[in-house]
Amino acid sequence: MAARTITFREAINEAMRLEMRRDPTVILFGEDVAGGATLPHMEGENKEAWGGVLGVRTGLAPEFGRNRVLDTPISESAFIGAAVGAASTGLRPIAELMFIDFLGVCFDQIFNQGAKLRYMFGGKAQVPMVVRSMIGAGFRAAAQHSGCLYSIFTHIPGLKTVVPSTPYDAKGLLSAAIRDNDPVMFFEHKLLYDIEGEVPEDNYTIPLGEAEVKREGSDATIVTVGRMVHFSLEAAEKLANDGVNVEVVDLRSLSPMDGDTILDSVKKTHRLVVVDEDNPRCSLATDVIALVADQAFDYLDAPCKMITAPHTPVPFSPGLEDAYIPSVESIVSTVKSFTG
Amino acid sequence: MSLTKEKMLEAYATMKKIRLFEEKVAGLFAEGKLPGFVHLYAGEEAIATGVCAHLSERDYITSTHRGHGHCIAKGVDINSMMAEVYGKATGACKGKGGSMHIADVDKGMLGANGIVGAGGPLACGSGLMAKTLGTDQVTVCFFGDGAAEQGTMHEAMNLACCWILPVVFVCENNGYAESTPWGYHCAAKNIADRGVAYDMPGVTVDGTDFFAIYETAEEAIGRARRGEGPSLIECRGFRYYGHFEGDAMLYVTEEEKKRNRARDPIENFKKRATERGLLSEEQIAELDSKVAAIIEEAFKFAEKSAWPENKEVLTDVYVNYP
Repeated sequence: MAARTITFREAINEAMRLEMRRDPTVILFGEDVAGGATLPHMEGENKEAWGGVLGVRTGLAPEFGRNRVLDTPISESAFIGAAVGAASTGLRPIAELMFIDFLGVCFDQIFNQGAKLRYMFGGKAQVPMVVRSMIGAGFRAAAQHSGCLYSIFTHIPGLKTVVPSTPYDAKGLLSAAIRDNDPVMFFEHKLLYDIEGEVPEDNYTIPLGEAEVKREGSDATIVTVGRMVHFSLEAAEKLANDGVNVEVVDLRSLSPMDGDTILDSVKKTHRLVVVDEDNPRCSLATDVIALVADQAFDYLDAPCKMITAPHTPVPFSPGLEDAYIPSVESIVSTVKSFTG
Repeated sequence: MSLTKEKMLEAYATMKKIRLFEEKVAGLFAEGKLPGFVHLYAGEEAIATGVCAHLSERDYITSTHRGHGHCIAKGVDINSMMAEVYGKATGACKGKGGSMHIADVDKGMLGANGIVGAGGPLACGSGLMAKTLGTDQVTVCFFGDGAAEQGTMHEAMNLACCWILPVVFVCENNGYAESTPWGYHCAAKNIADRGVAYDMPGVTVDGTDFFAIYETAEEAIGRARRGEGPSLIECRGFRYYGHFEGDAMLYVTEEEKKRNRARDPIENFKKRATERGLLSEEQIAELDSKVAAIIEEAFKFAEKSAWPENKEVLTDVYVNYP
């Protein structure tokens, strides 16, 4: 399979494009997903138009037409619910919730409808839908456009949650999510859109619920996800210069979660740090630590540590926002505090 | 109007099934045989029956917490419904949904729904499916006067009209959102007038008059099926029982209750059908005893059915979860 270097943004676009080509029941809708593309007054001038606020859907509307790439009103309840209804009657919709913070205006349709339908109906329905949404701080977008919030969805039975960190993972996981027969929340960190990586041109999938060891090491385990994978790898590089070998486990999916890979790593390194950009309470970080405390306590040589955002909303002012996000330095110093 | 004699007999049987089912459930609830709580549809039979008479198994409906009537009118198996209300393993949802979530997707019944106003967006989804795949399936979204005031319903009506979806919105205005009279919770004089806001036809009909509902629904569903877009129908009626069973309905005067009884949709149907010589007293009596036997059979089926095994707690959450 020929591979070439593309961005995370292009990888997401390519996953949707290839899945829409192979399966006519896959459709995409959300605010500005076409964004002017194919409208009569855009002809010639700028046919591709916007492709959304960060240009992730460029070219999809011209290729598939406005019957399969639909702009919605700013009515998140209506179109997320429409995804649930369409999925339970035969389509594979991809609904785009522009920023995850907007869950506040449509949570019922995700949590009471999409997540529960199958169970309430005794298994006689399935809801093969994907909700894609942007997450993450560092964009100077303040408190209502910057959260991660994937922990909230991971808490909910019936939903799957996926947080890719690389272009390769983004394409393979999104393809898997679209083909999956359960509702999947797919979280895209907006500061990852421009990163580049090797991605095969063809279709491929990465199974949901499989973590990947992004760097092997023997002195401590870092379990992380999303943008924090890159921070953790940078910290691991610095620590290696000081002779500390850190293993970095990228969970990729939070529900289902690959507990085996976490436990195997901790049994090898005897130390655990969880690095998570989400808020700390009842979170991915506490969840991973609870798993290790329950099933690998005897292997631990040090207390488990969590490096997370604080228990606050995301602040606006650049200095404050930078202070809110876990830093490479804090990862280095935390690991050193118990490996030194 | 396309109302044949066969259709009329079928409609009468459906309304009677709904009435007797609800009366049976009310009795069982009073005896303490049913867990949880139930919201009964008696009094509103003409609406579900008059609308669903135009739907095939391939069409879809979304429903409400008061969903038994919709289920019966859409052809959900009555034995499985009664068993579901009990919470038995043979229930339509294996006992996992109960009265408030009875569903049968194969019959086009997308679920009774415990969240008021949640069905509107779901109906847009099945409507979008039909439009995308180029089928002629129609979705009917039943909702109450209480739900009319949920943002989801306004969002859904706008979306359905923007996308020109084959969806018909049927508001069952029974006059009360739980115990709050609709004059207190609704700023509009007619919920049907809201059709104007979304550029779709909006019609108010007597929710006790099967014939008027049948005729209005025929036009709206035909319009949707032809790809001409959504319509809104407001059916004005009442419910005989409380918001849920056990609600003593202290907010409805005796006079109002008496007035409602005089407008009984089934009695009115019977009267008009026999007066005009469309159905005979004998045909009706025969159907009455047939329907009574069906409901009794459903009760026996539910009673003798097994409870779900405890391991069922853990199944049906996901299609696949490694």
